[in-house]
Amino acid sequence: MTQFSEWNKEVCVCLADEQGICMTEKHWEVIEYIHEKYKNEEPLSIRGIKKSGVINIKEFYSLFPGGPLKKATLIAGIPKPKSCI
Amino acid sequence: MSDTKVKKMLFILSKATIENVYAAFIMANGARMEGIESEIFFTFFGLEAIQKKKLEHLHVATVGNPAMHMPTMLGGLPGVEALATKMMKKEMEKLDMPPVGEFLEILSDSGCKLWGCKLAIDMFHLEETDLIDELDGILTIGDFYNRADQDGTHLLFI
Repeated sequence: MTQFSEWNKEVCVCLADEQGICMTEKHWEVIEYIHEKYKNEEPLSIRGIKKSGVINIKEFYSLFPGGPLKKATLIAGIPKPKSCI
Repeated sequence: MSDTKVKKMLFILSKATIENVYAAFIMANGARMEGIESEIFFTFFGLEAIQKKKLEHLHVATVGNPAMHMPTMLGGLPGVEALATKMMKKEMEKLDMPPVGEFLEILSDSGCKLWGCKLAIDMFHLEETDLIDELDGILTIGDFYNRADQDGTHLLFI
């Protein structure tokens, strides 16, 4: 996958599988939140996750273990956030 | 777990100027975001950053800091340090950097362990109730070194 337009739910499940993640309802909610942010061109950050109302930081780390924002954006088919926070 | 050779970052924070505290916090948080374990050991003046009453009142140093590009005497005048701090906090807010208290919550929720130094806590006559609720415990330096006893661990003194 090289472009966001190529992203769909099947691709998403495959990408998640490669990361050892089995998609659940909560995972989809997070992906939806990330897409929303991406479409509005709002930067993603861990502080933003805390304020999102979709998920808290502890859950976020447990859903996407080992670099949550990096993995979640990869699965969502968008570039890794450039922020340091 | 991280794919890098760095598996765990241990920070020793011994100062409480804003720039030092944020350096430790950003690096510790950045490690967690990359799947690297991280822990912070607060010692000496670094303890100010985990004292409930003091953590939101940390300052940037205007005296003895050549990078401020102002004469030392001017930096020592009343209100200058507060003004410089206010300006820096404003710039930080623009970049969506959280205040110290919120940053500590984020670190704790992210799985970064926060430790107080036993010797320094005794020296400053602090009680556990003076310290933040997110603190994982109070350790001796020996206890802290034991936490470093695994491959791919790095220690950083700030």
